[in-house]
Amino acid sequence: MNYTAVWAIYSSEMVRFFRTIAQSFISPVISTSLYFVVFGAAIGSRIDQVEGVSYGAFIVPGLIMLSVMTQALSNASFGIYFPKFIGTVYELLSAPISFFEIVLGFVGAAATKALFIGVVILVTASLFVDVPITHPWAMVLFLVLTCVSFSLFGFIIGVWAGNFEQLQLIPLLVVTPLVFLGGSFYSISMLPAIWQKITLFNPVVYLISGFRWSFFGTADVPVGLSLLAIFGFTSLCMVIIWWIFKTGWRIRA
Amino acid sequence: MIVDIKDVRKTYKGGFEALKGVTLGIKEGEILALLGPNGAGKTTLISTICGITNPSSGSVTVGGHDVVKDYRPARSMIGLVPQEINLEPFNKVIDVVTYSRGLFGKKANPAKIEEILKQLSLWDKKDARVMMLSGGMKRRVLIAKALSHEPRVLFLDEPTAGVDVELRKDMWDVVAKLKEQGVTIILTTHYIEEAEAIADRVGVINGGELLLVEEKAALMQRLGQKTLQVDLQAPVESVPESLAGYELELAEDGHALRYHYDTTGESTGITRLLGDISAAGLQLKDLQTEQSSLEDIFVGLVKEDAA
Repeated sequence: MNYTAVWAIYSSEMVRFFRTIAQSFISPVISTSLYFVVFGAAIGSRIDQVEGVSYGAFIVPGLIMLSVMTQALSNASFGIYFPKFIGTVYELLSAPISFFEIVLGFVGAAATKALFIGVVILVTASLFVDVPITHPWAMVLFLVLTCVSFSLFGFIIGVWAGNFEQLQLIPLLVVTPLVFLGGSFYSISMLPAIWQKITLFNPVVYLISGFRWSFFGTADVPVGLSLLAIFGFTSLCMVIIWWIFKTGWRIRA
Repeated sequence: MIVDIKDVRKTYKGGFEALKGVTLGIKEGEILALLGPNGAGKTTLISTICGITNPSSGSVTVGGHDVVKDYRPARSMIGLVPQEINLEPFNKVIDVVTYSRGLFGKKANPAKIEEILKQLSLWDKKDARVMMLSGGMKRRVLIAKALSHEPRVLFLDEPTAGVDVELRKDMWDVVAKLKEQGVTIILTTHYIEEAEAIADRVGVINGGELLLVEEKAALMQRLGQKTLQVDLQAPVESVPESLAGYELELAEDGHALRYHYDTTGESTGITRLLGDISAAGLQLKDLQTEQSSLEDIFVGLVKEDAA
């Protein structure tokens, strides 16, 4: 194991993050505040409570998930796509490091950034509303696994993407709708019966439901299913990355 | 042999055969120039040794380590300067060079990095962002990155493509210094004067095949055609008939005759030619001979290959 190399990749990715610390820090704070103004104050004042939780508090787990998923995706996909784009990927390929170590460096950094942003949003949100955390360890587990799995997913997108449009394609066309329709801002029980069934095909529902359970102790789907979903998704990404490693797909000719 | 290439073939997806069975041994401490036109397979060969592409068949060892099965020790020994200027534009020079050392698993060593940057006249630019540098400076940064982990074998892929004459000379000096330090250097080029100026051995590659590898001097001697130019006192309108057998060329508006001969032949025919010239009544003014350059040799080889 070439830890020095993993650290070199990880720290150089983190340097990029800290170089733009203002953007990294301020943008989630502002967007969270905006969500609270719009959903919490303007709309939320007309919704009393959802499953015994004030609407303002109810949307906090969904908000964190929304940002964490999109940030992990964009950071990880950009992290590996950028060297491909500017050509510095030659160095990764010719260095005495395994593909696993490359993944560890890039995905580790992307997951760290996403985790940081998730925590920033949680802190910002708790300035607006009272956010109880019933199962703190489960909360941390769900948060970390989501950061890691979506960073792995982002890494795959970054390897696959042949241009900047493709880099944006999956996050914009697939992930954002799934997250919005995954119960970030509502409980599935608020939907008409037919949509309650259809929405169960959306994998993000399981992640948000489980994460919300760790806060309020109530969930749309059983927590076990949520855990299964997050572990399943993480494993799937790992298998795909292992396959990329075996075949050198879009990386090594 | 520090680098041993055995029957390496590379067929890309789509069927293009970039390397058609290349076998080559590179000796420790030498400078080997791989000469060939664009698309000859030079970069593919280097990429295969360095791990950027996998060979379709055949094997490469560096320092006795197979570059595919035993890639960690093999790649640790190699530094690669790519043809394109591929650099992280927003980072500082010292950071990109330090990063490379880390990537190769070497413990941080600021003194070593300083030494390398100084050697390449980059030390005063260490805090500049890469995008602020000139093209030539960027190329030096690429070399600094390749040297950052103290490789024993250095690959320079077209190090002086698109570089001005002065910088090219500087680059040659850098290469000469590295050779003194015992680094084995393999460079690709399509500038013949570059191979002629710095290489110990020259390999000529074309169409994915290594046509020959030889000591530079021996190569030039073996294939060395020489030209004798005889300057005349008074110009002639045509080559006298008595000299028809020599296949002479008229040059400089009839003021000179040019004679091509092979130094490796049993007799060069010069003595007889000079006798015949004076017998034809022509007055000699001066004589000069010139060695054919690697360029002539190269053009000859590539043409032969195409025929």
